[in-house]
Amino acid sequence: MSERGQGGAPVVVARGLTKRFGEFAAVRGIDVTVRPGESFGFLGPNGAGKTSTMRMVSAVSRPSAGELTIFGLDPRTHGPEIRARLGVVPQEDTLELELSVRWNLEIFGRYFDLPRALIRQRTQELLEFVQLADRADSRVDDLSGGMRRRLTIARALINQPEILILDEPTTGLDPQARHLVWDRLYRLKREGVTLIITTHYMDEAEQLCDRLVVMDHGTIVAEGTPRELIDAHSTREVVELRFDDDGDGDASGDGGRVARLGDLAERVEVLPDRVLLYVDDGDDVLSTVHREGIVPASALVRRSSLEDVFLRLTGRTLVE
Amino acid sequence: MSGPPAHLAPVGGWSRWQRSWWYHAVVYAQTWRGSVVGAVVLPFLFLLAMGVGVGHLVAHHHGKVGGQSYLDFLAPSLLATTAMQLGSDESLWPVLGAIKWVRTYHAAAATPLEPEDVFVGKLSWVLTRALATSIIYTAVIGIFGALHSWWALTLPLVGGLVAVAFAAPLITWAARAQSDGPFVTYYRFATVPMFLFSATFYPVSAYPAALRPLVQIAPLYHGVALARAAASGHAQLGAIAAHVSVLAAMGAVGVVLGRRAMRRRLVD
Repeated sequence: MSERGQGGAPVVVARGLTKRFGEFAAVRGIDVTVRPGESFGFLGPNGAGKTSTMRMVSAVSRPSAGELTIFGLDPRTHGPEIRARLGVVPQEDTLELELSVRWNLEIFGRYFDLPRALIRQRTQELLEFVQLADRADSRVDDLSGGMRRRLTIARALINQPEILILDEPTTGLDPQARHLVWDRLYRLKREGVTLIITTHYMDEAEQLCDRLVVMDHGTIVAEGTPRELIDAHSTREVVELRFDDDGDGDASGDGGRVARLGDLAERVEVLPDRVLLYVDDGDDVLSTVHREGIVPASALVRRSSLEDVFLRLTGRTLVE
Repeated sequence: MSGPPAHLAPVGGWSRWQRSWWYHAVVYAQTWRGSVVGAVVLPFLFLLAMGVGVGHLVAHHHGKVGGQSYLDFLAPSLLATTAMQLGSDESLWPVLGAIKWVRTYHAAAATPLEPEDVFVGKLSWVLTRALATSIIYTAVIGIFGALHSWWALTLPLVGGLVAVAFAAPLITWAARAQSDGPFVTYYRFATVPMFLFSATFYPVSAYPAALRPLVQIAPLYHGVALARAAASGHAQLGAIAAHVSVLAAMGAVGVVLGRRAMRRRLVD
């Protein structure tokens, strides 16, 4: 793929971008700028407006209001030209199940009006890239979920896109399949392809994104690099405590315990299955907890993640 | 309009709807086996059983139907009926499936193709299939000895016109449909009665005068009449013009509405 640097004019610019479906506003006036070669993420729970945003950025769905340019072009008037330079990996694979892996790529190559010889050559390269070369003649119906996902990614690359748009690329995949997808996406990123990714997995966002926005209810609630977001909205470490004694009639009760824990931490979050203490030095605080005579069923000290940022910003967890 | 970057050239030179046509052709070429029995073998058996079998019976009792042998009378109407069937079968479940279940039309809409290209690509594929099937049919009718005019060479065009007249509005319907439930109703209450009562098996003069207009508003009636005229070479220009107009109007309205319906469905 051709060399593309980090500099240069932004490839996607959205200002006040809005999408309404009748009365319901799925996206409410968001501002986004994506630069060439960067890996940009939309993090948020289901229903945050990520997919609606992606469909607009893919030059498929029309904005209800606001401005949007992709490669400096207006998707309302230059949809086909813009889409010729994009690769899209939708949430559902949308593959032709009855056809072979090879034919699925061939159809897409034809959609982009590539000459047949070029399609054949790229098919070979792409199937090797996503490790499906030995399944070229299998029917898609016979592939596993992880294989289909990789095929969908290969399909999105048939036109050598400048931007690859991925909507929840690893949802529903097992850990091994996820890591394989991530590895391929790193490689594309190294080759200079701009990645735009939605995810509700904070680990995915941390792994893949140079910069991201956190979306909730159709708006952007925070923006930055994963590190910046964690520094700005969370502490360095988190102590996770699980108790198996709540509701068993202890007079001190959960409230009493939380109040005592609250004195030890900058912030306490009580989730249905655990209590989170936001602190700078987790081990130190955990030993204080034990000294105080509070005995959790289990305890874990970890670094703050985007999950904590999201919890802080919205009061909710990403994955229910 | 700024040109695409160098790495996207060279291009194959296909217009966008043609790429969609090609997609439909590939899917058919890879999965055609199941459709052959319904599209070709059954009508052939029908021609044999009804045209030849019943034809003998008719010849024994009355001699002619509408001035023709029964085989001559029946064979063209089966061509028109097959075109209707093909135009219906291709346009309902496959289209709703490509929109709602496997979502392959959404995949196409994420490429340079526009929703209108998907609609036109599908419709032109139906036309292609109808022409190909009608050519085979015309040859078979010829082998049975039921062609009596050079006008019979236009029979494939009649088949194409009938298929598009049905397919264009039906693809539109499928592009708007939320579920496939009503499709079965269409077959039960539209195609089956039309197959039986569009002057397919006996002339419209067999109906009481009061019922005839009801037969004549059926789209298939016009296709059957056209096919019969082409096979025999006997027709009035005015009647031909009227039949063609009805079918062409159905197709045209379907194209206008269908392009819009496809855009609304795939883009929002």
